[in-house]
Parts: sequence; C-alpha cells; structure tokens
Amino acid sequence: MDIVGNVLPQVLKDEATEDKGEMARLQSFVGAIAVADLVKTTLGPKGMDKILKPTGPGQEMTHITVTNDGATILKSMYVENPAAKILIEISKTQDEEVGDGTTTVAVLAGELLREGEKLIQKRIHPQHVIAGWRIARDVALKRLRDISTENDINSQEFHDDLVKIARTTLSSKLITSDRDYFADLCVKAVLRLKGSSNLDYIQIIKLPGGTIRDSYLDDGFILKKQITIGCKRRIENAKILVANTAMDYDKIKIYGTKVKVNSMDKVAEIEAAEKEKMKHKVDKILKYQPTVFVNRQLIYNYPEQLLADSGITVIEHADFEGMERVAAATGAEILSTFDAPERSQQVLGHCDLIEEIMIGEEKMIKFTGCKKNEACTIVLRGASTHILDEVDRSIHDALCVLITTVKNKRVVWGGGNSEMQMAAACEEEAKKVQGKQAFAIEAFGRALRQIPTIICDNGGYDSAELIQNFKVELQKGNYTCGLNMTDGTIGNMSELGVKECLRVKEQALMAASEAAELIMRVDDIVKCAPRKRERA
Amino acid sequence: MSLAFDDYGRPYIILRDQGQKKRMKGLEAYKSNILAAKAIANTLQSSLGPKGMDKMLVSPDGDVSVTNDGATIVEKMEIQHPTAKLLVELSQSQDAEIGDGTTGVVVLAGKLLEQALTLLDKGIHPLKISDGFDRACDVAIKHLEQIAEEIDIQANDHEALIQAACTALGSKVVSKRKRELGKIAVTAVLDVADLTRKDVNLDLIKIQTKTGGSVEDTRLISGILIDKDMSHPQMQKEVTDAKICLLTCPFEPPKPKTKHNINISNAEDYNKLYQQEQQYFIDMVKLVKNSGANIALCQWGFDDEANHLLLQNDLPAVRWVSGTDVELIAMATGARIIPRFQEITPEKLGKAGSIKEVQFGTSNERMLVIENCQCTKAVTILIRGGSQMIVDEAKRSIHDAICVIRNLIKDNRIVYGGGSAELACALQVLQYADEVSSVEQYAVRSFADALEGIPSCLADNCGLNPITSVAQAKSRQLSEKNPRIGIDCMDLGTTDMKEQRIYETLSSKKQQIQLATQVVKMILKIDDVIAPDDY
Repeated sequence: MDIVGNVLPQVLKDEATEDKGEMARLQSFVGAIAVADLVKTTLGPKGMDKILKPTGPGQEMTHITVTNDGATILKSMYVENPAAKILIEISKTQDEEVGDGTTTVAVLAGELLREGEKLIQKRIHPQHVIAGWRIARDVALKRLRDISTENDINSQEFHDDLVKIARTTLSSKLITSDRDYFADLCVKAVLRLKGSSNLDYIQIIKLPGGTIRDSYLDDGFILKKQITIGCKRRIENAKILVANTAMDYDKIKIYGTKVKVNSMDKVAEIEAAEKEKMKHKVDKILKYQPTVFVNRQLIYNYPEQLLADSGITVIEHADFEGMERVAAATGAEILSTFDAPERSQQVLGHCDLIEEIMIGEEKMIKFTGCKKNEACTIVLRGASTHILDEVDRSIHDALCVLITTVKNKRVVWGGGNSEMQMAAACEEEAKKVQGKQAFAIEAFGRALRQIPTIICDNGGYDSAELIQNFKVELQKGNYTCGLNMTDGTIGNMSELGVKECLRVKEQALMAASEAAELIMRVDDIVKCAPRKRERA
Repeated sequence: MSLAFDDYGRPYIILRDQGQKKRMKGLEAYKSNILAAKAIANTLQSSLGPKGMDKMLVSPDGDVSVTNDGATIVEKMEIQHPTAKLLVELSQSQDAEIGDGTTGVVVLAGKLLEQALTLLDKGIHPLKISDGFDRACDVAIKHLEQIAEEIDIQANDHEALIQAACTALGSKVVSKRKRELGKIAVTAVLDVADLTRKDVNLDLIKIQTKTGGSVEDTRLISGILIDKDMSHPQMQKEVTDAKICLLTCPFEPPKPKTKHNINISNAEDYNKLYQQEQQYFIDMVKLVKNSGANIALCQWGFDDEANHLLLQNDLPAVRWVSGTDVELIAMATGARIIPRFQEITPEKLGKAGSIKEVQFGTSNERMLVIENCQCTKAVTILIRGGSQMIVDEAKRSIHDAICVIRNLIKDNRIVYGGGSAELACALQVLQYADEVSSVEQYAVRSFADALEGIPSCLADNCGLNPITSVAQAKSRQLSEKNPRIGIDCMDLGTTDMKEQRIYETLSSKKQQIQLATQVVKMILKIDDVIAPDDY
C-alpha cells in the first residue's frame, strides 16, 4: 500500500525482494563487517588459524583445511549477503594479482565501512563520505610511495630486502618458527627465475613424513615420475629429448579411415606395417641420439622396449606442466615430429646427472646440473597433509610477494609502519580540507590505524597503549619504528628486519577503498527470485 | 470478472478458461498500470545525476552486480508486471539507440505518469491526456532544437568531446578518474571514427576487462588485445614487423563434409595413408611459411605434430582465436581471412608493428597484444579494477561515454545538462499551454510539471532543497532569458551549465523526451488487462 492507500501492484517476481535506503545500507554494512570480523583474527604474526569443514554428505570429516590465508578462508565460505560477496571478490583478486595481503584487504574494507556507518549516523550523505575517502586515498597512496625505498636489483641490499620480506610474509603462518629457513629457500627459488614471473617453473612437491625442517630446495629439478623398468637408473651427462607424441599406437589421423580386410593374412600384414611404422618412428628418434626420452603421452611396451634396447632411458606419461618445466630446465624443445635430426644440438636438453631418488617412500627422478637453471623444485615435508597444504599456501604467498617485489623493486617497513604513516597523512590532510569531507578523511585514517591495532589485539597486547606510543614515536620523527610482536613493544623495524613489498600494500589500499566505495554508493538492493533447481 | 448471461441465466463463455484469468478494466486498469510503472521509476530516481546512488542487484544464481546504469538495473531486476516491462523496454531502446540517458528516460516517464494520475482523478479522458502530452512533446522538442548549440568538436584538442564524456562518466563509480577515462574514450572513438561520413563503427572498439590493479591502470591499446597465448610454450613471445596469416581452417588433416569411409585393406594402403598424412602437415606449414608470414592466427585447433612443425619452422602461432577477434584483426591489420591453405598468398597477409605476449598477476594469465596495425582501425580499452563488479561497472560506464562521443560526432549539437534543458522546455511548454483552448490544456501544463520533475529530482539527489533550487533556477531562466541555468549539483558555485561545462547531446535529450512520451501514451491507452491468474 502506498501513502494514498492504493494497493500497489506486484512488480517483481514472487520471491524477489527489494530493500531501499537505510535498510539496504544497513544490510550491506552488517554483511561486510561480519566478513571482515571473521578473518580479522587471522591477521598478523600472532593471528589464529581457521578450520574449514566442507558440507555435504560423506565429506564431513575428510577434506578438512586448516589455514591462516584470508583468500582461502573467504573462497570456501558460502555467503548470501551481496556486500559480503564483494569483499570476498576483492580478496580473490588480491590473491590473483599479488598473492598476499588477502586478509588485510578484506579487513581494511570492513573497517572503512564500519567508520562509514558512523558517519552516516551523523547524517553525512554517502556521496560526501565517498568524496572524502577519495581525497584520503590519494593522500595515503602518495605517502606510501614517498616512504618506500628502492634498491638496485643486483645489490646485496636488495637480496637482504627479499629475505626480510619473505620472513615478514611467513611470520604470520604456521611455519613462523622456521621462517628464516624458508625465507632463504623462497628467495633462492625466486632468484633462479631471473626476473621472469612465471611461477610454474617453481615446482612444489608435497610429501607427508619427516618434519617441516626436512623440506628443502633442490637445485636440480625433480619430476614426480618413475623411470621405466629395464632402463638405467643413473645417467651422467644426459642428452634429453622431450616429446609430446603418441607412442601407443600411432593412428592415422585422416578422417574416416577404417581397416577393412578380407583375410587373416592381411590383418597380419597391417599389423606388421603398424609395427614397422612405430619402429620407423623410434628409428627417427634414435637419430637424435638422446640418452633420455621423456614423453607426455603413454608409451606402449613395443617402442619402450626398442628404446630401452638402444640404451635410452625412457620416462613416460609426464604431465604437461612437468614437461614444460623439464623443457625449461634442460633447455630442450618439446618435439612432436622427428624429421630433422640435424637440429639435434638445438632441440636436445642437457643436464649433468639424472638419477632416481627416494624421498620418503616415493621414487622420483632428479635432474641435476641443468643447462638453463631456471626451473627448480621445493620439496616440502611435514607430519600430515593438512600441515603440508598450509605450508604450501604459505610458500605460495611468499613466492608471489617475492616475484612482485622483483618486478616492482620498492619496499616499505612492515610492523604496521606503513599503515600508521598513511593514517598520519590522512589526519594532516583532514585539517586542511574544508567541508564535511574532512570527517570522512579522518575516518579513513582511523580505519587504516585499525590494522596495526588488530595485529596488537591478536597478539594479546594492550593495543590502545601500544598504538598511542607508536603515534608518538612517528611524531618524534622516528620513521622506522613499528610493532615488535615478540616483546609487545615499539621497536625499530630496520633492526628487526621487517619489510614489506610496496605493491602489495598499494594494491590492498586501492582495492579496499574501491570496494568500500562500491558498497557505500548502494541505496537499493534488489534480490531476484532464486532460480528453481530440480533436486537430483 | 464481469459475466454476461443469456435468457436462462447461464453465463456466456467469452474467453477460454475465463474463470482462471485475471482481468482489470477501466480506471482500475489505468491506475494499476501507472502505479506499477511508477514503482520502477521510483527505484531508478535516486540513481539520477552525478550524486546518484547505485543499486545492488542479486541475480537468481546469487551473483552480485552493482550498477548505476538505468538500462542494466531494470534489465537485472527481472520485472514481472506487464506494464512495468514496458518501461524496461523503454530504457533498453534508449540504450540501443543512444547509449546514454537510460535512467533519465525512465524517470521522465515516471513523472509523466504521476501527472497523468492526477489528471485521471480530475476526470479527464485518457486519450485527451495523451493528445495533450503529444502536443506538449512537439513544443518541447522544437524548443530544444532552438536552444541547442553547435560545438566545434575539434577545437582545443577535442576538449568538448572530453567534457561530454566526463558528463556521462560523472555519475558512475569511476567518476574519480572521469577525466582520464574520458580521454581514453575520446581517443578510442576518434581513432576509429570516419569523420567524413560522420560515423563510428563501435565494433572496432573492443573493451576487454581484467580484474586486478585499479581503475587508474585502465589504458588504451592502439591495437587489439586477445585473451590467448602462443600455441606452443616455446614459441617466440614477441614478433616485430609481423606479417599475419589469418586462418579459419584447422592445422589438421582435412575433414570433408560429405560422409565417407576410407577402407584400409592392405599394408601398402596403410603406409600410403600414413605418408599422405605426414605430407599434409608439412604442406600446410610450408604454404604458410612460403607466403612470407611470420605469425599464424587460427580460429581452430592444431594437431600436436603440426604444432611442433610450426615451432620448428620458427612460425609462432595462436590457436582457437574467437570469430569476432578474427574479424577485428582482419579489419585492423588488413589481412584477408583465409579459409583454405591453398589460398594463402603474400597479398592476403595482414601487417602489424608488433605482437607480443603479456602476463598479468601471479596466476599466470597471458594475453596477446597486437599493436601498430597497418590500418589502425581497431583499438582496445583494457579495463582494470579491484574486483569483478567494479570492472563490469567501469565497462558499462565507458560504453556510455563512447556512445555519447559517437553521437556528438554524428551530430555536433548539444544542450546543457544539470536539468537546464528540461527547465527551459518546461517554461516554453507552460507558455504554450495557455494558447490551448480545449481540455488538453491541462495535460500540456502537466507535461511542463513533469519536465520540472527532472531538475527537482537532480537537486534532491544532491542534497539540495528541490523546491527552492528549482524555483530559483526557473526565475533566473525567465529573468535573464538564459536557458543554461540549471542545478548546481557539484557545488561549484555557479548555476550556469555553460560555465560548469556539463554537455549533453541534443539527440539524446530529444530521444529521451520522445520515447518517454510515447511509452506514456501507450500505457494510457490500455483500459483492459487480461492475464492468466497465476501469472
């Protein structure tokens, strides 16, 4: 019924709902803040982990995930609230773009909205809040870039920075006690890529057993496959031919072919011809004079035997990524035709030693002394698959951050230093701006300051006291101070060696403010009637 | 449901299953229709103008989108009511024809219907109302053409176009970067525009989205971006002075369309066929290579062997390029699309300055950039943003801006925004109303009131007092004879829209008023709604 008393006709579908104005805004604030609060406790070196339990029949106890990674947590949640979905979305994008800071971005957006809600209660129009946020964001971004430093990519300082960044990233994870060890490991792995950002070339192999400490970076390359029976288990000075070709039976690809014969003799003949064809192919391969043959596809017994007879070690059924890595590591070309043996020098990969090794209980093939040392392998050991999965995610985060740093080169101090400095910049700006926007700028600063506050709270320290002391230190001109989370004091970040990548911070700031703005601008939520699904 | 009875008191069956149908007649039908349409207009009303708010829409599958674009909002609302659906179509036809002003047209229709409702209550016949609206509409359009100004789109580095694009972008979530995005849109349109024919083929502007980064990172690529990578991981990642061979046939043995069987009956046949097959691959690659091409783009897939032969012959190749991309590349590089290997000739190759593979983020996603094409008649706008929703909304906004620029190139007459044009028309219509001697006079006057609804709605959304500001603007328009006085939405201290440089195209405004009037007339003519009961 409208005000006049007319009965409003139903415009939307039966189960659709529409919320307007304050109701809509309230709904988005509640949803977004709830999501932010959920991941809040995982923030910082003393953050806690979450157990993710899948729903659905028969899976309750099987696929449990224990994690500290914001993106993983948010991705596995099913939320209904549309604003909450936006937060999850930005966290995912952060993961894809820079790989780390996935919790920070969701928490920051949530805190911004929390502050925004207070402003709305003070009867400030959302558009004014947004206008203020935009000013604040630019100021914060400028300050962030100003405080960042850059080192030459080849210098020792840069290398040290990388180690520090990796340590900082890993310190919030399960492996924090071994972070020095893993930081070193990650940096070495990334430096091997020589500036390329293709993470595929770093292979991570997870094997349950042993302790986390037993994990190592193999300077060679490990392929999780076995050498075919009857071949040599150790090849020195190997010449490797990497192929992607059918070695089961090489069927004729011309459309519509069919074998149709009228006597048994003919069958035998064709069989012989087929065999001959395969032998021919093997012969052609042999002309390349490889000592090792790696194929992506299956190899049937007959060609396998032919190859083995010629003293070639055969590795079959390598997965495609594995092959690309072998090719990248050994400098081989992936072959599918074998008609140009004269190019054998160019197409064959080379490595000093190939041997079958045992890690735990599994047999694997290790390539050492490769021609192009780009690919490498990190072998992770640990007590259970859950631990291994979490270590894998942590290492992935660290690698992503390192690669981003190698590309971007600029770094900032960690331990909440950058957030506090940005907050200070916002507060200074708020004093200069006329109009209602100033409230929003201040609020932006407060939201930024929430990040170190939450880190303190998660560590069980007195956040109010620490953050105030932090502010004072910065005011005094001590620009390298930050939170010392082991002692619960304000420490010197350059002494503690806590650094973070600028790009990660930038991306988190921009994505969070964009998302908060997006949610703030909404004054009407229309939910369509859910699609009816037939129950299978 | 009214029933007719025969002499024996039995009801006549007029409609099939009439007991199960809902029927509304007369005034009841008018009012119900108007209220439904108004409900839609009310939802959109708060999205109008630079300070308008967005709507969050949850699809039946739970996907969320946030938008400010009228056409998108009404489309995604999944409206059920038949009359309300007319407004959806109204917004969409404005979108298809002009591309911008999709919110304004619905709001105007809503205001007109609101006025019609009071007129109906006065007892004026709906047809008289619609006649009056029609006449008022003509007057308004004529006046619009009078107050329109021609602008020089080329002056001052296309400043006018950029301003118009900024006006279109001002109401969107990307407004903080409206100047940069406006420039991108202008450059893109001018690159592909045919200024002699005054036409722009919007197909030549490709808008590609990629989440990550920020809206600032959005950029214009004077070439084409395709979401593909080289078919073989070890092919060169960059080709300079590319000669492109554009194929629509797979690197596979031919598949004739007629059904056939090749029977292998002995070993020689088998060997012969094998030879033949090998020869196919070699021939294919050779034909491409011999033409002088140094890159092959193919709409279909490659066989493993062919793929490797391409690598061996230093011929980078891309497979599964989509059909629209193939056409775009053909237009940009001057390549002919080649359907058979036998028809490859050097003249049919396209040329581009460089083709290279670029990588985004950590998740190893690669795209190909084709730059400096021979006939540069295609550009790509790569939109970046923090999340899928922002990117989608930015895409819609840029589309709007591009449409505005195109309309200006087609017809360089503009009117000023900020509600000033509507206000000027309202005054003119009001003046005309007194000349009408029949009942329509009331309708004409109401039309003027409805037009005033737009500036008042703008003022409302900007937090100004709608009645005071509209009254002020109106009196100033009359006393200064200046049709450019509108609502100062951005709080810039002037109400002269020429100084604020808020440009809107004449064609868009005209279309808005005409379309809205038409739809309202249509709704007013409905006096009977028959629908199945459960609908």
